[in-house]
Amino acid sequence: MSFQVLGSGMYVPPRIVTNEDISKFVDTNDEWIMQRVGVKQRHISTNETAADMGCKAALAALENSGVKKEEIDLILAASVSGESISPSVSCMIQNLLGVSCMTMDVNAACSAFIFMLETAAGFFARGRAKKVLVIGAERLSRIVDWEDRGTCVIFGDGAGALVLEAGDSYIDSIFDVKGGADVIDIPQAIGKSPFFEGTQKKPYIHMAGQETFKFAVNAICHDSTQLLERQGFTWDDVKYIVPHQANKRIIDFACVKLKIPHEKFYVNIDRYGNTSSASIPIALDEMNRKGMLKKNDLLLLPAFGGGLASAACLLRW
Amino acid sequence: MVFEKVAAMLAEKLECEVSEIKPDTKFEALGIDSLDVMELLMNVEEEFGTEIELGENKVNEVGDLVKLIESKLK
Repeated sequence: MSFQVLGSGMYVPPRIVTNEDISKFVDTNDEWIMQRVGVKQRHISTNETAADMGCKAALAALENSGVKKEEIDLILAASVSGESISPSVSCMIQNLLGVSCMTMDVNAACSAFIFMLETAAGFFARGRAKKVLVIGAERLSRIVDWEDRGTCVIFGDGAGALVLEAGDSYIDSIFDVKGGADVIDIPQAIGKSPFFEGTQKKPYIHMAGQETFKFAVNAICHDSTQLLERQGFTWDDVKYIVPHQANKRIIDFACVKLKIPHEKFYVNIDRYGNTSSASIPIALDEMNRKGMLKKNDLLLLPAFGGGLASAACLLRW
Repeated sequence: MVFEKVAAMLAEKLECEVSEIKPDTKFEALGIDSLDVMELLMNVEEEFGTEIELGENKVNEVGDLVKLIESKLK
């Protein structure tokens, strides 16, 4: 017993920031950004929090699924860029929705959406929920170092959500964690303790580009191959691969190493940038609204990022 | 041996003559960015069946990459 997907939703803030906009105050240019990351533009919040965006994505998903917000038993949310450490983003989304169900945040950075699906599957298996909202909501513009041209061009803001009910569509999943802060690190606010003697880094996204690239490509290749082998599937059985949209170069190289056609990958990083935990549900909602997904289509969702953690799942739409 | 392998991989990627690749050829001059270098490194890892960590090493020229690979293969 796991779950099936009833509907999807997404929300991105209206302000679009192009590469040209960024190059006005950062030493960069459109050609470099497109070549290195594959991002043309990203949506940036001017007055909405991660929870605000998560709530809007949730409402879109509820409408798409025909489920009333009062029917939701559990809200799972993920964000590395919530306004507060407490209340959690899921608590604030519950507040904004005006409901009273249980809520919980899952911190697994860019892999969090898959970790949340796994968590939801557990709740359904124990019969502890009938309807679950799963939301990735990020205001990464808040935690990006806008003076670091290597990172500020990559990320974008937005939220994506799925509504789930009990079913058998979650076929299999795989998780790998290599805990450590040397490749990707997002420190908390430094604080003013008069007792702490250690050094503290600036509270922004720190990312070693080359090491992240290597980790991500190896993660997609390893996780995908393992899942398919375990289930006796071939790449022909998979309709689409909907990866975390971290960097187009990661997807391109994984495609080469796996020897599969690029058309199997859904890519929208050019329009949204890297939206961390929101990237997979945003992509799924776009595909859903475009009519690309038919019932029972087998989807492979690979994710990877801070932790370091990687996760992938096979899901029937 | 390692230099010949790396030069051949670069020549294939860039669709140029192997003779155009020298140890002091800068990656930037070839239009190779840091992620291309990482792709090259990962292909070399697969070719030689060994893990090669970039670490703190600066790899600006073809020769830098060759030296790094040779040090890991010892």
